[in-house]
Amino acid sequence: MGLLSKKDAQLILDPLADNNPITIQVLGICSALAITAELKASLVMAFSVLFVLGVGNVVISLLRNVIPSKIRIIVQLVVVATLVIIVDQVLKAFAYELSKTLSVFVGLIITNCIIMGRFEAFALGNGPWKSFLDGIGNALGYGVILVIIGFFRELLGSGTLLGYAVLGDPIAKTGLYAYGYENNGFMIIPPAALIVVGIIIWVQRSRNPQLIEEA
Amino acid sequence: MLEHLELFFKSIFIDNMVFAVFLGMCSYLAVSKKVSTAVGLGAAVIFVLAVTVPMNWLLDQYVLQPGALAWLGAEFVDYDLSFLSFILFIATIATMVQLVEIVVEKFAPALYNSLGIFLPLIAVNCAILGGSLFMQAREIPSLALAFNYGISSGIGWFLAILAIAAIREKIRYSAVPAPLRGLGITFIITGLMGIGFQSFGGMLTGDNEPPVVEETIVEATEVEAPTTSDELNETTGLEAEETSDAEETIASIN
Repeated sequence: MGLLSKKDAQLILDPLADNNPITIQVLGICSALAITAELKASLVMAFSVLFVLGVGNVVISLLRNVIPSKIRIIVQLVVVATLVIIVDQVLKAFAYELSKTLSVFVGLIITNCIIMGRFEAFALGNGPWKSFLDGIGNALGYGVILVIIGFFRELLGSGTLLGYAVLGDPIAKTGLYAYGYENNGFMIIPPAALIVVGIIIWVQRSRNPQLIEEA
Repeated sequence: MLEHLELFFKSIFIDNMVFAVFLGMCSYLAVSKKVSTAVGLGAAVIFVLAVTVPMNWLLDQYVLQPGALAWLGAEFVDYDLSFLSFILFIATIATMVQLVEIVVEKFAPALYNSLGIFLPLIAVNCAILGGSLFMQAREIPSLALAFNYGISSGIGWFLAILAIAAIREKIRYSAVPAPLRGLGITFIITGLMGIGFQSFGGMLTGDNEPPVVEETIVEATEVEAPTTSDELNETTGLEAEETSDAEETIASIN
């Protein structure tokens, strides 16, 4: 991290673990769960949020002294909506199938609480460079969780990763399936995502007891 | 009438905002510590959804869809403004929330005091924008159905937050492993409730239920239906099992 001062590096690294937007700040869960049945969709979602949050944080931070505080929510919504439209149009142009899978959840990045949360909590009070780092850090923290969930759900649920059959062919009974291994259909259904997040939180808090909530 | 009923129950139970599509999870998790606040937020969500979904339906029909501008004149027929949906929908929602807040404050101060702090929060609740986006994606055919969709998905969300708030109030007295306390266990309970709600999917098959319904149920409660040839019977059997499992889980949690 020679490029960044220690404080700046912390802006990026903190949200990856001890201040993770999903597991600690409880932000942005809405879109995190529905699209994680496949690793590919998770990755695309993570990149979309990275773009929207990184750019959005800079824009809001540049405008922070101009925006009247009474209408700041509307201004923020307009900024996010514009960025999300860009993401949506790009996806539709270059990855049409994927944009069908993600369906309304691309649009729902607008109301992803991480984005509004970071605008309110950080970009409105800090300069553009810091806000950019904060945006990138939080989007990465969000992306990491998404990728972990997507990884386990796709691997255990369909035995594939990014569409490649890594565990063998379940119908021809090759690879692991030859030994009687079965795909866990439970991982495909939506509620499984919630349980996987619950387990991630469990692991994270067992490793770092400081994060445990008061009874 | 029948399609109204179908959409109503479908949006509440099968496509439940929280358990099936995970919308509004942020406020669902943040505001579900007490039943009384959960009721306030739930009511506000129903209200705002009932207002914004029909509004956005009109926008979608007469402004956004390809060719929707035809009523302005022949030269507008080719316009396709659907890429503007996000920004127009969210603008409508933000404006309506503000407007609703002002109107409620003026004419129903008691309601305003009970909803007060939640109303502005709702503009950024994913359930609200999600309602409009799903309305667009599912191509709901009429204004009345859109209104129905708004209200019923709001009720679904209301039920979900009410249930989780009640469970969280009780679970405070249970010995939850320390790292799971609070957020972790709430996620897992929501997951279990979601599995329970999945069993409502059986309601969809109600249309082409075979005439031998009672037999199926008897068979299902026994070990496993041995002679079930068509898929329908199988699903009914599975679902009966799932429901009782989920109910047990919820009961044991309580």
